[in-house]
This record gives sequence, structure tokens and C-alpha cells, in this order.
Amino acid sequence: MIVQVDNPVVEVHDLTVSYDRKPVLWDIDLTLPAGALVGVIGPNGAGKSTLIKAMMDLLPTSSGYVRIFNEPIKQVHKRISYVPQRESVDWDFPASVFDVVLMGRYGNLGLFRGPRKADKDAAMEALEKVNMQSFANRQISQLSGGQQQRVFLARALAQNADVYFMDEPFAGVDIATETAIIELLRQMRAQGKTVIVVHHDLQSAADYFDWVVLLNMRLVASGPTEKVLTQELLEQTYGGKLTVLSKVGDLLRKQEFPARETKV
Amino acid sequence: MQQFWEFFSFADANIRYVTLGSVLLAGSSAVVGCFTLLRKRALVGDAVAHSVLPGVCLAFILSGTKNPLILLLGAFITGWISLIVIDYITSRSRIKEDTAIGLVLSVFFGIGILLLTSIQHSGNAAQSGLDKFLFGKAASLVGEDLIVFGIVAVLLLFTTILFYKELMLLCFDQAFARTIGFPVRALELLLTTLTVLAVVVGIQAVGVVLMAAMLITPAAAARFWTENLKVMLVLAALMGAFSGITGAFVSYTAPAMPTGPWIVLIISMIAILSFAFAPKRGWVARLMRQRRNRALILEENLLKLLFQLGELKQDFETSRSLSDLLERRSIPKRQAIHGLKKLKQQGYVKKKKKRWILTIEGEKRGRRVVRLHRLWELYLTQYLHLASDHVHEDAETIEHIITPELEKRLMEELNYPELDPHSARIP
Repeated sequence: MIVQVDNPVVEVHDLTVSYDRKPVLWDIDLTLPAGALVGVIGPNGAGKSTLIKAMMDLLPTSSGYVRIFNEPIKQVHKRISYVPQRESVDWDFPASVFDVVLMGRYGNLGLFRGPRKADKDAAMEALEKVNMQSFANRQISQLSGGQQQRVFLARALAQNADVYFMDEPFAGVDIATETAIIELLRQMRAQGKTVIVVHHDLQSAADYFDWVVLLNMRLVASGPTEKVLTQELLEQTYGGKLTVLSKVGDLLRKQEFPARETKV
Repeated sequence: MQQFWEFFSFADANIRYVTLGSVLLAGSSAVVGCFTLLRKRALVGDAVAHSVLPGVCLAFILSGTKNPLILLLGAFITGWISLIVIDYITSRSRIKEDTAIGLVLSVFFGIGILLLTSIQHSGNAAQSGLDKFLFGKAASLVGEDLIVFGIVAVLLLFTTILFYKELMLLCFDQAFARTIGFPVRALELLLTTLTVLAVVVGIQAVGVVLMAAMLITPAAAARFWTENLKVMLVLAALMGAFSGITGAFVSYTAPAMPTGPWIVLIISMIAILSFAFAPKRGWVARLMRQRRNRALILEENLLKLLFQLGELKQDFETSRSLSDLLERRSIPKRQAIHGLKKLKQQGYVKKKKKRWILTIEGEKRGRRVVRLHRLWELYLTQYLHLASDHVHEDAETIEHIITPELEKRLMEELNYPELDPHSARIP
């Protein structure tokens, strides 16, 4: 059940990603439509985060390529935005909430230039959208988990991108934050933006997303939510691990074998 | 004392140069060190510092001169190689970074000492003074050396300021920096180069053995005082500069003394003082906070006792003796007297013939503590479904920290209750 679209925003072609030579994603091939809220769903260790990191060229790939707006990622940095997992940074960093949100403007500024007044306005506006304006001068070390997530989201909003990649934005946040975030994502979709979200909760998935990618080391399904979230496909995703697949992966690592012959 | 004035009047041109040099070197390495620290690569600085020694010696052996530019170049090259080796070992083998750093540091330093010893025994007259690279000698920072090292230091400061935004993002969130198209590899290379350069210019004053302290200690000390990166950079630079001046002074008054250990001792003292006295993060501030909490708990407990006695006997007008109080609750006698005296000063209790009685304000405050205690007990039984005989201990602590806003919320959620779980009236 893999639905391909015309004029995709994101096109992933034959993508294999390995850690320490062991493939964790095998031959992913998918296209995502514009203006969709896309959920990337699968069990722990399925390679959900790996997929979006590889899409953004944050990880070396063993094979395949990714195109965003039909261009390699290096051409479209200004049109994409990344919300990493909250735990990926050390929040005991000497910076204020506003400093972090302002980082969303750095891409537009280019090297050497400091933020202009307009950038500060944009950062403040982004903070207002996540309802954190009163926290602008707060030290980031004092934030709760939900507040940290909102700050990261505000930073992404300040970028004014067209495609957003979010890694587990709902993980470990309170209900109020979750509701606020999903509301915000819907607004972004209404503005024609594409939002790709790594998500671990099946219950809310049907409600949140209009396109779902089911993943477990390989692509199980990609398509409109109502077509993809079926008993059968979910069983394929969450049911038994493909033992042979991971055994072969282990072999590649042990023998220090390349994933593609041409890359010996 | 005379020497002190002689030095700090800066009348002697030589002293001016030495001081300027030390300040620049110590200041610039402190600023670069802030980013090294925030990137959590503090140990790498140490490895680089030790790895520049073979470079210095090789440069001398090959060129036969002590031209600072050539020595600096040699130091820079081996410092750089050491970093590349560390990265290579970490990424290409199963050896972890800390092990790789340990390996590289000792191997490079060992080679350096070997070369240095062989130079010293070669009978080459020009070699005298090379050993100052081991422990540093600020007073030798004159003439050509000062110009070269000074320029590099200024360049370091300038580059750090120019790339402030990029380096900050690199240290905070590298993945994000890549997705917005920052040349992260190049920036990493830049920070590495800055670190190596900072070490290379600093060794003249501090020596290779202790150079890592100049890089990291000011940054660590400055971090205690501020939550703002810009302020942290300035503070670290000032602290570094101060220790630099002290080092220059020591080097001037006691020429036989190596400067490095002095500079490092001074900056370490600053770091220890920061650790102890910095507001909020410091150790003393924490102790004070705990002391305040203990005092608050004692005072409120005494008020609560007096109030409970009054409640029990339905009489707030009679004064109570100390033993009446201690009968109900065992508080060490001396603490209790001290607490009561303090409450008297604050106007919450009055003393009448060695007996104690609540003032109107004291009664109000005592009532509030009792109320909060019983409210919390009720909250625990209703919302956490705890047994009513298990809630007292919790409430003993919580009664002291509930704010008026929370109190209001509690009242609302519990729907303005009359009785607590033990059927005592909530006052």
C-alpha cells in the first residue's frame, strides 16, 4: 500500500541508511503530497527519526537520494525547517528563550550578520503563536518539557519555511501543549505548508494526520490515513520483527560489507 | 611592596609590554575556551596543549632558530595533527573519545619531552629558554615574540566576535545548524583551529602542561555568574586577563619562578570562589537557601503549636509556657527558644512572665499554617486516594511552601471544605 503522488513536495528514492554498516532502513521509496500533515509511525527502533534525519541530509546514506521540491536539499535549505527531539540539546546552555527562537532567523541572515530588528519582530511573533511571549527573557534551563517543545516550535515558525520536519514533538509534553501544538500544525496546513511529524501514539494518529507513513526498518505503507491505518497494515508494522532482515544487517556489520556493491 | 608599585605604575616599557601580552594571551584563550567548554570538548584542549610540544621542538631542530613565527607554526601543525588523530581514532575504531584523547595526549607529549631532552643535551647554545614552553614564562614576552603572539591573540578575539552567532548555534544545536545550511564542517574546523591557536599563543605565558586550565577554567568560573553567553565571554576574558597580569607580575618579581603554575593557581582560586559565592548557582547561596528554609519551618511550626493549643482549649488569650509547647511536639529546647525570640522580634508573639502568647498577626499566620496542613491532607485523600493515616507526614512539609495562589486553587478544587480527613475543622 504505497501511494505515490504527482508533483511531490518530498521524494525519497531507494533510500538505505546504515549505522555502523548495519542498515536500519532498507530501500525506502515514497513521495509526499503538498499541504499535508504527515505522520511517520512505527514501533521503537523502526527508524522513524532516522528517516527524517536522512531526508534532511543529517545522516550519510548507503544508497538512494532525497528530493525536496524536486531539488537536492542543499538547494532548498531556506524552504525547510527542522524541529529536533527535545532531548537532543543540552538545555543548560547560557541562552534565553528569545535567543533560541532568534536562531530560526540565522539561515536567512547568512554568515557574519547579526539579527536585524525585523528578525526580532519575527521571533517575537513566533513566540506569541506558541503562547510563550511572556517567557521571552526566561533562561532556557528553567523551562519545563512542554515549554522546551514550544520554544523549538517557535524557532521553526520563525524560519517561515514551506516544509517542516518534526521529530517526536508530542513526546513527554502535557495535554495543553499537545493540543496547542496540533492546533498550530493544522493552521500551518491551512496555509499550504507540509508538516512531517514523527509520532509514536497510534490512538491519536488517525485524528491528527491526513497522510500516514508506516515504517518498520522498511516502508510498510504510505498513503492517505484512512487507506493506511488498517488492521492488516498495522499488524505488518507492529507485528513480528523481520528476523532474517535484521540478521542480514548484522552480517553486513560483522563482515564490514558495503550495502551496495559499487561502494566497496 | 615597592616592586608592586614599580610594576603597576607601568612606568617601564618592558613591563607594559609583558602585561599587555599576558592580558591578550590569557583573555583570548579564555574567550575561545568558552566555546570549547560549551561544546563539551574541554579535554580536547588539554590534548592539544600537550601535543604542541613536539611541534615546537621539531621546528627548532629543523630551523635552528627560536624565531617565534617558526616555533608557532611547528606548534600549530602538531596540535592540529593531534586533533585529526583523535577524530580518526574515534570515528574509525571502537575506541571511545576519552581513551583516544588519553592516548594521543601521552604519545605526543612523550615525543615532545624526548625531543626537548635531546635538544638540551645537544650542546646547541641557542636552545636555552626552550624549556620555558613547559611551564611558561610571561616575562619573556617581549620584542618580536610579543608582536607575533599579540597579533594572533587579537585575531582570535576578532574571529570569535565575528563568528559569534555561528559558534553559538554550533555549540547549542549542531543538527539544526546543518539544516539551515550553515557550513557545519567548516565551522567545526574553525573552532578547532581557534582552539589550537589559543593554545599555541598561550603556551608562551603558561606552558604546555597547564595550558588547558587557561582554556577551560575561566569559562567554567564565568558560567557560575551568568546565564547569558555574551556576558559569560566578557567575564571569562576578564578573569583570564586578571590572572594573566598576576602571572606577569610574578614573573617580573621572581624571574626564577615559572609563570604557568602561578597563573593557573590564580585562575583556579577565582574558579573556586565562583563555585562558592556565585549567586544562585554557588554553594553559599545554596546553603543560605537551606538555612532560610529551616528557619521558616521552625518558626511556622512554633506558630502552629501555639495556635493548636489555643484551638484545643478554645482560648487564645492565655499565655503558654515553653514546656506546654514542647509537650505537644519535640523540638530541641534551644532551637525553640531561639525561634520564639525571633518571632517576638518579628511581632508574631509576645512574652509575658516567661510565658508566650500569639499576637493578632501571629494568630493569623498560625491559623494559615494549620489550614494549609489540613487542606493538603484532604487533597491527598481525595485526589491521590491515600489513607487518612498516611497523609500527615506529607502535609508537615507542604504546609510551609504553598503560595497564596495555590491556596486559592486548593480551596476551589476542594470546594471550600469544612473538615479535614481526621474530622478536625479547617480554620
